[in-house]
Amino acid sequence: MDVELLIGIFPQVLLDGIILGFMYALIALGYTMVYGVLEFINFAHSEIFIFGAFVGVEVLLGLKSIGLLDGLPWPLVLVLVLVAGMAASGLLAVTVERVAYRPLRGAPRLIPLISAIGISFFLQDLIRLVESLWRNAFNLVYPTMDVLNLRFELSETIDVSVKSLVVIGGALLMLWALHLIVNRTKVGTAIRAVAEDQAAASLMGIDVNRIISLTFLIGGAMGGAAGVLFGVQYGLINPYSGFIPGLKAFTAAVLGGIGNIPGAMVGGLVLGLLEAFAAAYLSLLTGGAFGAEYKDILAFSILILILIFRPKGLLGEVVRERA
Amino acid sequence: MIRHRGYLVLALVAILAVALLPAANLDAQGKGTIKIATQSPLSGGQAALGEGIKLGAQLAVEKFKGTLEKQGFKVELVPFDDQAKPDVGVANAKNIIADKDILTVIGHLNSGVAIPSSEVYKEVSLAMISPANTNPVVTDRGYPNVNRVCGRDDVQGVVGSEFAHATMKAKSVYIVHDKTPYGQGVAEFFKADAEKKGIKILGFEGTEEKSNFDPIVTPMKAKNPDVIYFGGIYDQAAPFFKQSREKGVKGKFFGPDGMDSSDLTKIAGKAVVGMYYTSAAGPASELPRAKAFVEEFKKKFGKNPEPYAAEAYDAATIALKGIEAAAKGGKMPSREDVATAVRKTKLPNGITGDIEFDGKGDRKKALYFVLQVASDDPGKWGNNKIVKQLAIAAPAAPVAPKK
Repeated sequence: MDVELLIGIFPQVLLDGIILGFMYALIALGYTMVYGVLEFINFAHSEIFIFGAFVGVEVLLGLKSIGLLDGLPWPLVLVLVLVAGMAASGLLAVTVERVAYRPLRGAPRLIPLISAIGISFFLQDLIRLVESLWRNAFNLVYPTMDVLNLRFELSETIDVSVKSLVVIGGALLMLWALHLIVNRTKVGTAIRAVAEDQAAASLMGIDVNRIISLTFLIGGAMGGAAGVLFGVQYGLINPYSGFIPGLKAFTAAVLGGIGNIPGAMVGGLVLGLLEAFAAAYLSLLTGGAFGAEYKDILAFSILILILIFRPKGLLGEVVRERA
Repeated sequence: MIRHRGYLVLALVAILAVALLPAANLDAQGKGTIKIATQSPLSGGQAALGEGIKLGAQLAVEKFKGTLEKQGFKVELVPFDDQAKPDVGVANAKNIIADKDILTVIGHLNSGVAIPSSEVYKEVSLAMISPANTNPVVTDRGYPNVNRVCGRDDVQGVVGSEFAHATMKAKSVYIVHDKTPYGQGVAEFFKADAEKKGIKILGFEGTEEKSNFDPIVTPMKAKNPDVIYFGGIYDQAAPFFKQSREKGVKGKFFGPDGMDSSDLTKIAGKAVVGMYYTSAAGPASELPRAKAFVEEFKKKFGKNPEPYAAEAYDAATIALKGIEAAAKGGKMPSREDVATAVRKTKLPNGITGDIEFDGKGDRKKALYFVLQVASDDPGKWGNNKIVKQLAIAAPAAPVAPKK
């Protein structure tokens, strides 16, 4: 075993894992916030996430076609793309809630779940249809901005690209903003109140439907931001790209304790790191017997172990208390 | 509830009746319809190549259907979309064998789809002519109805390792594959022969990942291989190569014929300029007899033929010739007769060269190429230069892949 190599790549793997983890954390927020207020898993969230990525790439390609991509300062372009992706995904999430979930509010729990799965398939193929008609393309490539690909070579095996710093910075900013909204504003108090007890909240003069819409808006916007960052980081998206990251993020939400906002962040980071380390070290440690392809098996085995000993997740599930 | 079910049955009967009517009408005219099916991915990430196969076959059918039509047959091309997925290919195959008018299948793109689908065709001895399936298993099963006009991976893998050794002067190589019978198959042949030549194998990884290749790239970069070989198809290879370069990997990229699509540069851009790939299908623009085909293709469909379009054209030509031979006397031929006739058909003037099948359906002399990516403009994919060209006979005895 090559110990030098094992130690040498450690910081790079850590960085890969943190990036992936923040991506999962941002997506997981959408699952966990909706679960917090409605106790229902919004399985269409993976498509809301990838929709943000598609809007982002369209904005970038649009800017490129009118020659502004290199003309505008790159931070401005990034902010523009992020805002567009967030707005689009947020509005989509609100629309989905209004059309597919609100009419089923009183129905048994499984009914909106099935509706969510249906919406997920519907959105996948809708995105595929529109992109095929509009660009005749299945895979869309994020236009590269040269600045983002600049790398700081710290050592032989480690280098940090501007892109990964942007992704980490962007994710941190989003999480901080969300924290402020939920914990420091009146709206945030209302969201927490609805999550705790809808009937009591409505007696206190809170418009429950509006708060639920708002929850979807915020969760969707986080997903959209994750979508744009995903596109910037990995460069290639297709209409089905959202599914697997969505599933992983959902797992992260459960791992952290579903319904628990800081839990989603911790869960995302833990899962991202587990995956990155499993993938990079598995084949090195087993002498090639188990390749990187086994990363999910290892990551999820650890996950099952954690959940056996902490069934409510790392930070505990947040469930409405019923009188 | 019971009444509702009654309506449902009625509605189904009505739909069936409507669906069956036009078919019955068509059969009444002339001697019947002869259909040639194509099966290739028409949607999804590999649609560029799959579409090329369909269009190549379409061009041949339109051009050569005259003889059969003079005899009173109606000739039709029916395209199926296998989505590059084995389950979809098999489901389509079941539909295909249920349609008695379909006498040959041109397809598939992916060996992993062709192998299970051809098991279905075999049930009814339906002839399949593959323009693109290079995995040895396709023909090594010895089915009388399965043929291919392209080369084989046990040869292609060796052509690759030979080139890596002799021309690229590789001392070490890192191999990544896509876990499909095609990608993993060719990667294993490449690996086995590279080891024999003394090239050091620094890693052999399989992945189904399509977007995030960090977990593979990071350890790979640390090992610093001379050559990185991707056994798989461009929709996965392109982001892998792109992310490798972005992360500072310095090794040269290399791959099999799955790289051969303009979408490789569309996705990976500058990262793949100058990279080599082996192919069992030369660019149509470099094939001396394919000039007219390229012109016609461009005129009709407004784009350059993707790799394997010319092979599909030849495959469809053979299909028509086989059907003609089996339909001697103007009778509607049986599927067995067509399969036998196809195996015997010779195409001395094929646009991809002379075609003749050996006893197990392999092309007697298949062509293998090593090409180099010329430009990061996807429109100039056709300008990729042939670095090396070889005509190699298919191995007589099956060389079974390791798996």
